[in-house]
Amino acid sequence: MKYDMLLLRFGELTLKGRNRNRFENTVLKHVKSVLRPFPAATIQKEYGRLYIVINGEDSESMIKELKKVFGLYSVSPVIVCPSELDAIVETSTSFLKQMPLKDGTTFKVSARRVWKKFPYSSHEMNHLVGAPLLQEFEQLKISMKDPELELRIEIRETGTYIFCEVIPAAGGFPRGSNGKAMLLLSGGIDSPVAGYSAMRRGLEVEAVHFYSYPFTSRKAKEKVMELAKVLSGYSGRIKIHLVPFTEIQTSFTTVGQDNLIITLMRRSMLRIATMLAEREGALAIVTGDSLGQVASQTLPSMNVIGRATELPLLRPLVTMDKNEIMDIAKQIGTYDLSILPYEDCCTLFVPKSPTTNPNLHVVERIEASLENLPTMLEDAVRRTESVVLTPRSVIETDRDEETIQEDWF
Amino acid sequence: MVYWDHAASTPPYDEVIQTMAEVMKKHYGNPSSIHRMGEDAAKLIKRAREVCAASLGVKPSEIVWTSGATEGNNMAIKGAAMQYAGRGKHIVTTSIEHPSVYDSCLALERQGFEVTFLPVDGKGRVDPAEVASAVRKDTILVSVMHVNNETGAVQPLEEIGRAVKEANPLTVFHIDGVQGFGKLPVRLEAWRADLYTLSAHKIRGPKGTGILYKREGISLHPLLTGGKQESGMRAGTENIPGIVATAKAMRMASEQTETFMARVGALRDELMAWIRTQPCLELNSFEEGAPHIVNMSFPGMKGEVLLHSLEEHGALVSTKSACSSKTAEPSKVLLAMGRSADAASSAVRISMGLTNTHEELQQLIRALSDAVNRLQPLRQEGMN
Repeated sequence: MKYDMLLLRFGELTLKGRNRNRFENTVLKHVKSVLRPFPAATIQKEYGRLYIVINGEDSESMIKELKKVFGLYSVSPVIVCPSELDAIVETSTSFLKQMPLKDGTTFKVSARRVWKKFPYSSHEMNHLVGAPLLQEFEQLKISMKDPELELRIEIRETGTYIFCEVIPAAGGFPRGSNGKAMLLLSGGIDSPVAGYSAMRRGLEVEAVHFYSYPFTSRKAKEKVMELAKVLSGYSGRIKIHLVPFTEIQTSFTTVGQDNLIITLMRRSMLRIATMLAEREGALAIVTGDSLGQVASQTLPSMNVIGRATELPLLRPLVTMDKNEIMDIAKQIGTYDLSILPYEDCCTLFVPKSPTTNPNLHVVERIEASLENLPTMLEDAVRRTESVVLTPRSVIETDRDEETIQEDWF
Repeated sequence: MVYWDHAASTPPYDEVIQTMAEVMKKHYGNPSSIHRMGEDAAKLIKRAREVCAASLGVKPSEIVWTSGATEGNNMAIKGAAMQYAGRGKHIVTTSIEHPSVYDSCLALERQGFEVTFLPVDGKGRVDPAEVASAVRKDTILVSVMHVNNETGAVQPLEEIGRAVKEANPLTVFHIDGVQGFGKLPVRLEAWRADLYTLSAHKIRGPKGTGILYKREGISLHPLLTGGKQESGMRAGTENIPGIVATAKAMRMASEQTETFMARVGALRDELMAWIRTQPCLELNSFEEGAPHIVNMSFPGMKGEVLLHSLEEHGALVSTKSACSSKTAEPSKVLLAMGRSADAASSAVRISMGLTNTHEELQQLIRALSDAVNRLQPLRQEGMN
């Protein structure tokens, strides 16, 4: 079916009083950037919603992109017809012909007369359109309460909008409308999902990744950048900080407390992320921690590790089950990358039995005994490389030249 | 010399030769090595897979590298037979397939599989209804070529594919696409192809390389075991320059399909029109065939004689397919089409490409005319 317009609804932000305008404008800007590949399409803004006039562009691929825009609650494809009773009934009939109707599909018409000079009231219209439809489609059963199919008709002076599909979109808050946070991004399944969840809630996210050459490979680093690139599809761009972690990590192997290595590493990571947050103006740290998933994510571990920073630690996945996290990872397109088998710095030097109940005093004593630790942390921040990625970035790390010469193909 | 044997092999694109040379010189690392030269080589394979997949409108994961069509056809037929032998031991193919398909089926017959060889009509085409009635519950594989290599006959693949899947949705449908790609539109989805063989050197790529499209969900028993290349489907260090050059050739050939059909098709039409004016020549190719193959018989005269006589005039052509032209037997394909043994022994194949010009065609027609006039009195009645 060829649609004329798309109706985009804003999410809960319509409730947010004085901030509403700012939020709506942020979404509008995001929608505009997403629609750049569809130059014929135009946008009309209204209270609580946006209309996109398709003008012959490919509505399906447009919807696919719009579903990534945070702050949009749903999308409905719309057909426009003249504001005349006959035309409205006729268009509604051809609309329903396209829908998969089963026997006994419950149904109602909801008309809304925006243009008060139209001769029939909203209530009258419900009957005037509903009656011929019920005659035409015997499968339909009228139901005022919770119908499976609700045909909406909005009568305006310039034309009548008819739609019934409501395609759920990303929801959440507009991009960056709730400030900025640093995201600890490993190569695993959880942290990209945590990043997505934070972004969906209106946070601008900068990723921080720790690598340990030669214990981790360049491929591991490239994989993390590919993950960040997927996340940039939801925000347009993402900054990633690549932190050299080898010296710090190896210094912990010398203290003879193997079961505390992960605890010590995670604390140092938080310290570095905090320093980067200060530099970049971020107010929180997002992690992929899920309570009890591994030794470093037990409550005692979270307690000891979390004390290394004074910034709020946001853990969007903390109460989620692994399979719920995996489902989101698949949905947002990070899963297949996450399961590529490259070692990251957390899987190295993993002790046989990492502690699930670290002792804060012991941990602090070890850290105090490493005189160089503060210098090493500062040094790591200084040697951190920061890259901005977009959905179109080509990931090639540490190369003098590109491997792939496109003219070979 | 003018080359009129494009169905046997093709002149590589200059770009293909350049790609081969540059990649061979620069990327000699083994793609299974985990250092950066290995990674680089693996990246080239990944990109080549994407390019090949895009030319066919399929997923990159559905492309398997091979050493060419003979391996591709063997891998498809023997691999599917071994893999699905538990479902049944019946295979359906046609009587006009390339030896790499035909002989693979014969080899399976010797191992206890049952093979049905379907007949073709006078124009060399299989009747989809015959396919429908040949496919049984225990039919595990149907193998049909897109374009016949000797005559250019085009099989009704969409109808055949539908017939196969309606008769038995579990039957694997293999298409030998070697002579069709770049010459005619390729529509794997509409054909319901599960497996599709291509060779690079038939589309102006290098020799010794090709691909097998293997639809997601189809498994094949590997012919070559060893390393875990191609997800264990085909062991052996990848032919990196060949693979990258294959991608290049596939991209260029698929982009040039329409030009090929128009320009080469016009040469073919002109040649066929001239042959029709010659009472002693019989056409074995038809209007509805592929745009680049003209097969004709000169009854009473061994095909080789006409071939050598044309060679004296600087035109290089073939008798039968290159893979069987050194045997003295009459063409199996022409016999299957109901031609006489005489016609099937005196056939010559002229196959063309975008490198051939209209002037060259005029020369060829003059050479043919001359050779036919000279040889006509020497024809032997009932040669066979």
